[in-house]
Amino acid sequence: MSTSSVSKGCFVFKPSSKKRRISSSKADYFSQGKNDSEDSGLRFASCQLLWKQINSETEKIQEELNKQLFDNLIRFLRQSHSEFQTKTTEWMCRMKSSEIPTAALVLGVNVTDHDVTFKSLSEVLQDNVTPYVVSLQAKECPGIKHLLQKLMGQLMDCYVDADSSEEEECVNISQKKIRCSMASLSKWYENVTKKTGSETPSKKRTSSSRHWQSPPVVVIFKDMEIISSQHIHEFPLVLIFGIATSPMIIHRLLPHSVSSLLCIELFQSLSCKEHLATVIDKLLLTTQFPFKLSEKVLQVLINIFLYHDFSVQNFIKGFQLSIVEHFYSQPLSVLCCQLLEAKKRVTSLSHNQCENIRSLPSFRRYVESQVSEKQIALLTEDSFLKEVTQTLLEDLHIYHENYFTVLRCLHVFTTSLPKYPLGKQIRELHCACLGKSVWETEEYESAIQLLRMLAKDELVAILQKCAEIFISPSGKQFSNTVEKLEEFLARFQNLEGKHVTYCQILSVEFRSVPSVEELSFSYIPCCSFRSYLAPAEMQTLNEVVYFNTANTLREHLNAAPRIALHTALNNPYCYLKNQTLKSDVGCISNTAPDICIVYKLHLECGRLINLVDWLEAFSTVVTAVEGTDPEAVATDQVDEIIHARFIRAVSELELLGFIKPSKQKTDHVARLTWGGC
Amino acid sequence: MHLVPTRAAATRLGASCEPRGRERNWGGGARACCSLRLQFRGQLGARPLPPCKVYVRSPLAVRRLLRPGARGALLPGKGGCKAAGLPGALRGGQCPASYLVNACWHCRLSAMSQLELKRNKVLEARFVADEDVLKHISDNGGVKVRKDRAQLALNIKRFVKKLENISDDDEAQEILEEQNYVAVLGACAEASELAQTPGKNVTFESSQYPEKPASTPQSNKKYSASNKAQLKSKKNEFVSTTPYRLRKRLSAPSLRSDSESDYSASCSEEEEEEDKDHKETSDVILDQKTPSKTRAAPASKKTPAKKLKEEMTSNLVEEYFEAHSSSKVLTSDRTLQKLQKRKLDQQTLLVLLNKAPPAFTAELKELNQQHESLFSKWMLQLHLGFSIVLYGLGSKRDLLEKFRTSLLQDSVHLVVNGFFPSITVRSILNSITEEVLDHVGTFRSPLDQLDLIMKRFKEDSSLELYLLIHNLDSKMLRGDKSQQILAQLASLPNIHLIASIDHINAPLMWDQAKQSLYNWLWYETTTFSPYLEETSYENSLLVQQSGSLALSSLTHVLHSLTPNARGIFRLLAQYHLENKDNPSYPGLSFQDFYQRCREAFLVNSDLTLRAQLTEFRDHKLIRTKRGTDGVEYLLIPVDNGTLTDFLEKEDEDM
Repeated sequence: MSTSSVSKGCFVFKPSSKKRRISSSKADYFSQGKNDSEDSGLRFASCQLLWKQINSETEKIQEELNKQLFDNLIRFLRQSHSEFQTKTTEWMCRMKSSEIPTAALVLGVNVTDHDVTFKSLSEVLQDNVTPYVVSLQAKECPGIKHLLQKLMGQLMDCYVDADSSEEEECVNISQKKIRCSMASLSKWYENVTKKTGSETPSKKRTSSSRHWQSPPVVVIFKDMEIISSQHIHEFPLVLIFGIATSPMIIHRLLPHSVSSLLCIELFQSLSCKEHLATVIDKLLLTTQFPFKLSEKVLQVLINIFLYHDFSVQNFIKGFQLSIVEHFYSQPLSVLCCQLLEAKKRVTSLSHNQCENIRSLPSFRRYVESQVSEKQIALLTEDSFLKEVTQTLLEDLHIYHENYFTVLRCLHVFTTSLPKYPLGKQIRELHCACLGKSVWETEEYESAIQLLRMLAKDELVAILQKCAEIFISPSGKQFSNTVEKLEEFLARFQNLEGKHVTYCQILSVEFRSVPSVEELSFSYIPCCSFRSYLAPAEMQTLNEVVYFNTANTLREHLNAAPRIALHTALNNPYCYLKNQTLKSDVGCISNTAPDICIVYKLHLECGRLINLVDWLEAFSTVVTAVEGTDPEAVATDQVDEIIHARFIRAVSELELLGFIKPSKQKTDHVARLTWGGC
Repeated sequence: MHLVPTRAAATRLGASCEPRGRERNWGGGARACCSLRLQFRGQLGARPLPPCKVYVRSPLAVRRLLRPGARGALLPGKGGCKAAGLPGALRGGQCPASYLVNACWHCRLSAMSQLELKRNKVLEARFVADEDVLKHISDNGGVKVRKDRAQLALNIKRFVKKLENISDDDEAQEILEEQNYVAVLGACAEASELAQTPGKNVTFESSQYPEKPASTPQSNKKYSASNKAQLKSKKNEFVSTTPYRLRKRLSAPSLRSDSESDYSASCSEEEEEEDKDHKETSDVILDQKTPSKTRAAPASKKTPAKKLKEEMTSNLVEEYFEAHSSSKVLTSDRTLQKLQKRKLDQQTLLVLLNKAPPAFTAELKELNQQHESLFSKWMLQLHLGFSIVLYGLGSKRDLLEKFRTSLLQDSVHLVVNGFFPSITVRSILNSITEEVLDHVGTFRSPLDQLDLIMKRFKEDSSLELYLLIHNLDSKMLRGDKSQQILAQLASLPNIHLIASIDHINAPLMWDQAKQSLYNWLWYETTTFSPYLEETSYENSLLVQQSGSLALSSLTHVLHSLTPNARGIFRLLAQYHLENKDNPSYPGLSFQDFYQRCREAFLVNSDLTLRAQLTEFRDHKLIRTKRGTDGVEYLLIPVDNGTLTDFLEKEDEDM
């Protein structure tokens, strides 16, 4: 069946039910694409597992972060209508003011994350406050009618869920016919209260939580609130607005008459930057997950976050994509799992996989550093290689454990410095350490300089924090250090004078000015600081767990379609590796595809382009290429084929949006782009 | 005689249609320029002159002269002009016309006409006396001159600024020469706008040049004579220079990432060439005594690259504002009709295109194979909850079709041709509810429909649907509401969306919220394959509307009607065709129509006629319009060709 027709735009294809197999699983697709499909099943399984873990972790993080906000909200909701339950008379007093309690939730500009927040909010509300929660989104409700319909629908549904099936029938019928008005709503509410009153008398509250994103919603609210204020005495209602910009918007969007009816209380959610920091802390700076991002990849993701959307959701999406890409493209990613499992898997590696290990650049570096006999053994015996790989994986694991602990310590030091030479956030420090040897950078030097100036009490505070980090479970291998550190701290506190700087203390203690490392980590005697924060790229077998093709990530997440189009039109050689296109360096060959030539000609024109002139210019260029003797060609009639080609190219440019037909002059088109594409 | 505006010739020569670099051309000689331009545009001073030949120094110079507002090569001569004409030589004979106009001091301008010239191979030029020009200016162009003056002041300011900036000697020299030229013009034309230029320039020039016009006639003679001898060799030279020009023009930025500066680079090249051209023009006029010297000059003199860079950015901006500042756009008035080229219809177009040799087949194949190797990865990612969007030059339809046939044969999928002119979100939703979900019933709004779809898909996790949308950015689907609905569809975990976009501004359709609903993964799939299917729906610019679609709908609708109703429509159609040559035909008034129908025994009361007309109106076969006198007129909004076809077909059937 063909998919082109002059009368239809949609084509449904349904395979006969017999033929329809249970569509091939994702794992099949995972293994199909690649030539070296070594252990693809296993790889896919670990990929899925990892993603599942990470996903649940992120949800947990989100929950924790929102907990406080939700608690506050719930408290507010409980209070708002408490009078309604306790005493009717009191309620009547309040009714006179006829204010609707309203919570304004300031959520920040990362609109995409809000969905999750609202979803969990309505769940929490349903569990804790009232079964009647309606969540309305601006995009789903283009008009007042829709809004009320949705509102009714969701309320009825809740009600049906909450109540016995006996009611179900009548509700379903009424749902369709019901004249959606506030009056009917309150009638319904009375109804429900009467019926279920005995069961849950204390939780009769309806809160419509609304995702307020765009101004058009205003109209809806206006009507809505005017009506609802009349009914509030029969119908306890709480509104929750989600606000992306600033709370002022409520007053700007709603006229005074409406906003005066609202009793607004503000709630501020956590900023998305803090959210991201937590996510990075929990997902990346931990040994819990074997998968790691290299510096460039992390930079790409953070840049997208900071410069494009502020969306943690998108950050996690990028993280997911990098996981998939990593497991998809790196055959050795089969070893990217928990250490014990990885060791097990090493033993069952095939010969091909062993060769894969041998070709890793980091492994080659490792081999070269060994003595010659061992080199030969590594390169020839698979069993020996496997043994070594196991130890190397263990080393890598230990490296990570130490790395994160030390990184946190260093962050404690640097974060208190003025001007933050190594960055304020731990992610910046992490990036710096991932990329290169951090101690060689200028920023590090200046950070150390500043450290020397620290006053004693500041320093003590920092060192105590460090000690805490070392004591925490992640730093258990530093128990030795902790002892020394505590001893050091004790001696430190005994020193007199509050304004002694670190440097002076040290010189008192050691009678000499210590070197840079000694300065920051002189109390970590067991091993040198450098080995802890060495860049990940230097670690043997880092390719197994680090995803480092930042380019793919950028291409897929943050693509630049205009640039691609521009390049294709300007320089087709980028795509078509033909010598005739290449021959003139930096120039377009006249043999280029028609659309390229037409595009180049159009670039030279002004706002309007005369089609006839354009056609003639085009045919000149094209005929010149074809090598026909220019004198011989009859010039007055353009070749029909060329004409046809021109027509095609022009329609294509129109489709691409470079030109549009213009009625200003006959046979003219208007140009739509200016400047670099 | 045809007067062809400068722009046409300029374009033909591959010159920019941009009035770029106007300030230099216009400096000082505004009045003169103005008259030149008017000459080009209007038919004035109908004093016929014998055909004359025009001498062209180089194609570049000609291009320069033919620029809008260019000052022209005013080669002084007595009572006429002597010049050698080289029709066709500019392009080595390929390009039909590009003629330089030559005028002496007292005669101004000339004309060029390529259509006639093509046949005659003789250049006609017309000379108009000063008085006529002046008269014309005062008659018609008064406003224009004033406008020009304002611009002139501005231009001079720029000019001065430039003068100050330029340290390069050559450059300064060049500009001085230009100033000289300007001075000449200024001295001759009574209007001395030049007075506004800084004093030092003015004094320098006016002291040197007053006697120049007097001496030029002879030198011009000499000049043309000496060049006549070189004609033949020149011809060849032009052949070789033209490709150079083209190459220059087509010279493309080679880096993909750095597109902005690349673009400007090509612009500044243009600029540079203009400088050269400019030089040549002034050479033509001023240095006639030493032609050999000037010929060498353009090649050797190059504007320093540094200066170009500085100008680059400002050029782009200026270019834009210049093009948009005035409502008047200077382009040639040529139309396709004059080209004696009938519009091609869709079928002939296809036939012709099939004849055209396919280029780069091997490379295209390789490109496609690269994309095809990604198929299983796409599937994987679709299953993981991403949607895939393909972008890049070239039709992605074949690629998606191949993806469909190779991987989706065994699953339920929906293909949407976004480029289909009457596609709507509603029809997409209908296909899903009716054909995929086998739902019977109608919906009040697309939102209700969407709700049902979402509910069904959430309930039944075994339900899976692949949604392939060609041209998600098409005119019909790019609306905010459509995109919102599609995005919500795409956000369902068991609907897998893979779509293609082509429009350069397509990503602007989506805000953050929609993008996160779509959950896009971008894939660049540049295929370079022609957008045949996408552009085939008879909405293209140059394709004749064959109206076959309209015709089939016409016949379909009418076949379902009673014979009487058909007769009514026939009556109207015939009347419509009888009046097709009448441009002020308002339509058939209802009363007249009623009379006619009664006479043909088609209706018996005007109520029945109105009932019939409602039927037509519902199918958009007729349109009613209220005339100035309040009478209702009936029109058929179908083009005459289709209507004729329809009537013929009806006759056959009867």
